[in-house]
Amino acid sequence: MCLAVPGRVLSIEGKMGIIEVGSIKRKVFLHLVPEVSVDDYVLMHAGCAIQMIDEVEAKITLDILKELAESEVCR
Amino acid sequence: MKFVDEFRSSDYSKLLVETLQNSSRDKINIMEVCGTHTMAIFRYGIRDVLPGNVTLISGPGCPVCVTPQSYIDNALDLSSREDVIIATFGDMMKVPGRKSSLLKKKAEGSDIRLVYSPMDCLTIAVDNPSKQIVFLAVGFETTAPMTAVTAIEARKNGLSNLFFFTAHKIVPPVMEALVTDKELNLDGFLLPGNVSAIIGTEPYEFLSKDFNIPGVVTGFEPVDILQGLSTLISLISKKDYSIANDYKRIVRTDGNSQAKEYMDKAFNIVDSNWRGIGKVPKSGLEFNRDFEEFDALKHFKISYEEYDGSSGCRCGEILKGKINPTQCPLFKQACTTENPIGSCMVSSEGTCAAYFRYYK
Repeated sequence: MCLAVPGRVLSIEGKMGIIEVGSIKRKVFLHLVPEVSVDDYVLMHAGCAIQMIDEVEAKITLDILKELAESEVCR
Repeated sequence: MKFVDEFRSSDYSKLLVETLQNSSRDKINIMEVCGTHTMAIFRYGIRDVLPGNVTLISGPGCPVCVTPQSYIDNALDLSSREDVIIATFGDMMKVPGRKSSLLKKKAEGSDIRLVYSPMDCLTIAVDNPSKQIVFLAVGFETTAPMTAVTAIEARKNGLSNLFFFTAHKIVPPVMEALVTDKELNLDGFLLPGNVSAIIGTEPYEFLSKDFNIPGVVTGFEPVDILQGLSTLISLISKKDYSIANDYKRIVRTDGNSQAKEYMDKAFNIVDSNWRGIGKVPKSGLEFNRDFEEFDALKHFKISYEEYDGSSGCRCGEILKGKINPTQCPLFKQACTTENPIGSCMVSSEGTCAAYFRYYK
């Protein structure tokens, strides 16, 4: 019951939204992410967006890994 | 899928495994608190690639597993009422009560509906005005705000036939109970990703300040878990007792303030019984006075003594990380995923279910 999945917000109407998870579209409650806009990515848990995904932070994490990988190759 | 595929990269995973293999040689005990971490660790074979000196211990972070048996028995009693529809997450269906389970009750004709979200109960309530809908509200900080939101929406829509049988629990207090247990010799925690999305990292600081135990918040993909372990082992080796966050794309230091507001609005923090662990001070949530109209226990005037456990089942010690499932005499013998005896075998996030499925 605790699985959460990332999805892109396709549309918003009041506190409801439609998000796309892979190829599936699903209605979600947006009460917990009032600042959300269309095209943002959110983490969905049990039909509710529980947090916005910070794309900048995701990129920083991946960049660190990329750097580590590159330094391995050069070693 | 964006934010999933890149965190399943085999190149990054290999690299992180190499880093882990070359890390500290000291004996290290790490507890992963969250049941979804336990399952992911098995699914991706992470135990098999860890150096021999690192032991992963599964903790009490499966909400179904820590719900006392007396709760199930009361839910079963409610499901016997003609005027009640029980709405529940699927994980609860097979949990054995003393005499039956929700699955058996459903087969016998009780109206029990599986829901994906607490908010699905709003539709059930609208569609069944002559029935009283009872949602079995279990779950940690990740799920509790949704119960609050659902109650608020029910009030807004004038629904008077939706109730919640609440057993919500909060995670940091049970971690305190675990670190003060002298039998458990924990060096660090892999901290739960989804719970932390709501509460942030601040509520774990006591581990660092009062107990000299570091922790790392991380996500659920293999790269997340390996990176979290690598950070944690490095902190432990340096005797740096910080709480680190390796899941910054989701978890902010102060969590989700909106979700915390919803919880504060609807709930009081109370002492709560954890199956196999016992009463943990200030580790549960119940509706406050403003929301008591939604409280199923008050509405149906139910009061009950709490009890838990099935004879011979060692879920309690497993939830505390004192033994692993293979040390329970019932494991894979009397207790299987088809016919579970203890709740740790029932839930897809339970430690016994994870060992049953993946442990060789």
